[in-house]
Amino acid sequence: MTAETSPGTASGERPGRAPYLLVLPALLLFVGVVLVPIAMTVLLSFHEWDPYRGIETVLVLDNWHEVWSDGYFHEMFLRTFRIAVLVTALCALLGAPEAYIVSRMRDPWRGIFVLVVLGPLLISVVARTLGWALLFGGHSGVINRALIDLGLITDPLPFMFTETGVVIALAHVLMPFMVLSVWAALQRLDPQVENAAASLGAGQFAIIRRIVLPQIIPGILSGSIIVFALAASAFATPSIIGGRRLKVASTLAYDEFLNTLDWPLGAAVATLLLVALVAIIVGCNRLVERRFAEVFR
Amino acid sequence: MSRNGPLALLFHALFVVFMLAPILVTCVVAFTPEGYLSFPTSGLSLRWFRAIGRYPEFITAFWTSIWLGALSSTIALGLSVPAALAIARHRFAGREAVATLLMSPLMIPHVVLGIAFLRFFTQIGLGHSFLGLVVAHIVIVLPFALRLTLASAVGMNRQIEQAAVSLGASDWVVFRRVTLPVILPGLVSGWALAFIQSFDEVTMTVFLAAPGTETLPVRMFLYIQDNIDPLVTSVSAVVIALTTVALIVLDRAFGLDRLLVGGGREDR
Repeated sequence: MTAETSPGTASGERPGRAPYLLVLPALLLFVGVVLVPIAMTVLLSFHEWDPYRGIETVLVLDNWHEVWSDGYFHEMFLRTFRIAVLVTALCALLGAPEAYIVSRMRDPWRGIFVLVVLGPLLISVVARTLGWALLFGGHSGVINRALIDLGLITDPLPFMFTETGVVIALAHVLMPFMVLSVWAALQRLDPQVENAAASLGAGQFAIIRRIVLPQIIPGILSGSIIVFALAASAFATPSIIGGRRLKVASTLAYDEFLNTLDWPLGAAVATLLLVALVAIIVGCNRLVERRFAEVFR
Repeated sequence: MSRNGPLALLFHALFVVFMLAPILVTCVVAFTPEGYLSFPTSGLSLRWFRAIGRYPEFITAFWTSIWLGALSSTIALGLSVPAALAIARHRFAGREAVATLLMSPLMIPHVVLGIAFLRFFTQIGLGHSFLGLVVAHIVIVLPFALRLTLASAVGMNRQIEQAAVSLGASDWVVFRRVTLPVILPGLVSGWALAFIQSFDEVTMTVFLAAPGTETLPVRMFLYIQDNIDPLVTSVSAVVIALTTVALIVLDRAFGLDRLLVGGGREDR
């Protein structure tokens, strides 16, 4: 081994080629297999597709014009972002209080419930969505039977193939990301400040509103950005719960690629999703960082 | 610190039910003795677990997932270690850009990556191949391996390396005998997280997999698209059980919250 290729040497601070050689393998892979394919996909969205001749390598705006002017696509993108907003709100409203409650527990409960609340993150999304399909499932679904038995409703509520069902299942799938983000913010909290407020006569509600909430808002916001991005681009859950009729951006792109075979149109939908999401994520990150710069320090 | 009030504990109980209900219902339905989906079941039976053995496509898909996960996380880790050391220890031009690019698969929707890889691999003649799948999975799991490797490289005490150098150790010996053992826990947790991400991935893989290279989540997803029966719930129950064991081991070894937060967020 020569000095250039051996990582982690103590003489590593010397400026020169060393860092470049160390990042080179990963960098080459990512330029070749991430940047190039994405550029190709953007280019593909300007090609034309014909049912008989396939993809024609011309540069036209037909696909973009179709996505831009067809009400079907407007409705689909609107639905995608409506679902993402609702899922984000649900995760923030339920996940943030839960993270706070678990953080106030003592061991061993604290450790057990961290596992219960964060663990599902690593369990297969398909398996978890299947669980919701079983809970929702038509007339015999567990939730509807329980609600009817409790006398809350008389007729089964529609969950399968509806936005309500997709929102509930997606909120479950993405909830750990919100809890994790708020949890990380709570770890930086100094419990002595809460104790000081309590000793000065502040009630529990005042402590949460005046002491805890202001400090975990950055955590809620960064969690919201993550949940929103993942909800807007979710595929397996809307596909299984939403079925073939309730299309969102990613399931529509999938259909264009693997069923209709209109790759250029699918590429246009995917490109639009990517651009919209990157714009929203970067914009929100800027906003959050500027607004809460002092908290992050 | 004051304790949680009764209202808070009620909220907590409902939240836990919400998180566990879909997972438990799948496991219960998997034990049904009936030929259809039933809950609660009229008895317990291993009938549908034995049935998995008669559907070799699930078994094949399971092994594809295992090999794919092991290969892609190992290679991703191999690429992450030098990259993490460079990013943690050197201030070089383009450092931020390199880090952003290597973490970018976390921000790009997997459906977009799936489409991009499908187009790219078809063009270069790797469409629907296992090699293509491995390369694609390296890209999506690398951020997870890199994040944990980076966290342990940043937190490392550099003086023990300098001590080794002053005692005459060569660069390679310093890396192998000093640096590597110190950052090893970070590497192990990074590999484990990368493996689980690969094992779980369905959105991107569904674009690239073909009969023969289908992973377990893809096979399950395609099966559910056709119909939901007790067989797929028993397959899910097995996946849930295996993941739960892995979860408990990871939690004991590293602490699940620390593993997932990644030793402080780097995305700022």
